[in-house]
Amino acid sequence: MTELFAAQGITKRFGGLTALHDVTFGVDTGIASIIGPNGAGKTTLFNVFTGLYAADDGQVTFKGQPLVGLRPDEITALGICRTFQNIRLFANMTAAENVLVGMHSRVRLGVMDVLARSARFRDVEGSLWRRGGELLDRVGLRPKANEVARNLPYGDQRRLELARALAADPALLLLDEPTAGMTQGEAVTLMALLRQLVADLGIAIILIEHNMRVVMEVSDRVAVLDHGEKIAEGAPREVQANPRVVEAYLGRRAATRAGS
Amino acid sequence: MIHSAAAVTFVALSGAGVALFPRSILVFLVFQSSLVFVYLARIPSWLRFGLLAAALGVMMPAIGTYNGYYLEVATQVGIFVALALGLNIVVGLAGLLDLGYVAFFAVGAYSWAIFGSPHGNILFDTTIFPLPSWWFYPFLVIGLLVAAATGVVLGLPVLRLRGDYLAIVTLGFGEVIRVLANNLDKPINVTNGPKGITPIARPPLPPEVSHAVGFYFLVLLIVLVVILVNRRLEDSHIGRAWEAIREDQLAAQAMGVPLVRAKLLAFACGASFAGVMGVVFASKQVFINPESFTFLESIGVLAMVILGGMGSIPGAIIGATVVTVLNLQVLKGLSLWLNELKNAGVTVLGYNLANLPTQLEPAKYERMIFGIILVLMMIFRPQGIFPARRRQRELGK
Repeated sequence: MTELFAAQGITKRFGGLTALHDVTFGVDTGIASIIGPNGAGKTTLFNVFTGLYAADDGQVTFKGQPLVGLRPDEITALGICRTFQNIRLFANMTAAENVLVGMHSRVRLGVMDVLARSARFRDVEGSLWRRGGELLDRVGLRPKANEVARNLPYGDQRRLELARALAADPALLLLDEPTAGMTQGEAVTLMALLRQLVADLGIAIILIEHNMRVVMEVSDRVAVLDHGEKIAEGAPREVQANPRVVEAYLGRRAATRAGS
Repeated sequence: MIHSAAAVTFVALSGAGVALFPRSILVFLVFQSSLVFVYLARIPSWLRFGLLAAALGVMMPAIGTYNGYYLEVATQVGIFVALALGLNIVVGLAGLLDLGYVAFFAVGAYSWAIFGSPHGNILFDTTIFPLPSWWFYPFLVIGLLVAAATGVVLGLPVLRLRGDYLAIVTLGFGEVIRVLANNLDKPINVTNGPKGITPIARPPLPPEVSHAVGFYFLVLLIVLVVILVNRRLEDSHIGRAWEAIREDQLAAQAMGVPLVRAKLLAFACGASFAGVMGVVFASKQVFINPESFTFLESIGVLAMVILGGMGSIPGAIIGATVVTVLNLQVLKGLSLWLNELKNAGVTVLGYNLANLPTQLEPAKYERMIFGIILVLMMIFRPQGIFPARRRQRELGK
């Protein structure tokens, strides 16, 4: 059976720097994590997946369909949506409006519907706001629906970005360091929410994370990137014990000590 | 209750005042501010609309019979309101800084000027022009479509540009259109160059309606339609997509907003309003030449949008009104008044104004005062007169 999402031999160069070299990665169900030291190429990989960067080499397929050459909005329409490492909300729009923008690719209305305020328009618009309410409910932000995004506390902004990404009805969610800047307690709550999403909506999630405790607890599978190459992949426990991983994070001496 | 009574009295008294003192600019300004008061006062919305309808639909044309110039001012205000609302879509909502907006106004104006005047005969070597004057009305739509198409043509090459770069390219585009209009009198005489085109046909009206009143109501009608269209676009997935692009283009695209389509739509919508008003303008003025479409006009409309409050419909309306009235009436009135003082030889602080050197003539202050007002506004109220407010919505259960 074909995987939901598969990336084959992804290579991406920026001038002389090879940011990604022959990375192969896939996910079918559940939560897969990508970890690695700073500058390992994790976010670059996400940017290739979502069409922000064109890969120099390699294939990406989603539900068996090749994604190479598609624009980011087309990829989102197919069912892959993401969040950003440094939160990129629409700062001067309300929380609810942020979520509604996320639904853009699902709105089937023409300009004429909008100008004529047709019955169809009122129907669709009404259901958009209803769904927006449900999504905000899911992340616990409904009471703040009418607040401008820039005024929300940091943790709320992270969760709003998650709701906005869910709004596109994705089958695959890419989360770039969703717990960055959160306390351990907040991070654990968020991970419980992610588990809930996987269970309720049947979506797959790819996670970039630095918080190891969180990663090891929540992931079904972990891949490790270092200097643009995948150096390990497997169940969290295996990866943790892998000497190359320890070396990448702590240096060779530490790896040797751990091994002996 | 008190507010309602105050609003009604304010409008009625100031309206009567204008009828009594048809020459006093001050009284006319009071009448205008009564309309702003009606808009802001806490009164039932039926009363608000009723008062505004009465003031704009009945009192204003009546005032025009006392002082025709006021009706002309009101018509010009209407034209600039439509322009500001169009530019507000591009700059205020979609965040695409357009410094050549008046080009679309020119495109609309020339499209009727060429076909609605004998000039068309020179261009097409026939004798059928000017077209019968009723063609003016279909040309409102044609002008709209031509301008919208021009908007798309401008939009296509600049889609990849942002911010400063976009501003420079649109500035260049505006100049290109003006220079084209200035020079396309040879080899084929399309625009008649700097000499301009005249006489441009006026629309047929019922015999008892004067052209001034006719144009006033036409402009009022178009402005109402433009406001309606603006509100509907803004409060839809299209408007939200535009704002998302303004806030963060990359995130908007990652959330599924097709950038190319959304931006082209913004350019086309903004341009179409200017195109319609261009047709009206050409016909109202009877004569147009490239001088009416300079860079300064684009900047003027942009100043209206920024002064009023970017991305806000009431803001664009008040901005256009304030700037137009300032230019046509307040600053003119001020310099006239100063001139009178000077001619009368009034002494201020021991200095006889009659000795003022010609370099310091009051008429030369007008632009300076306008500039000072803009600077002060940007320092003390950078968000504009009526800044955009977020809509508070009930989410369905």
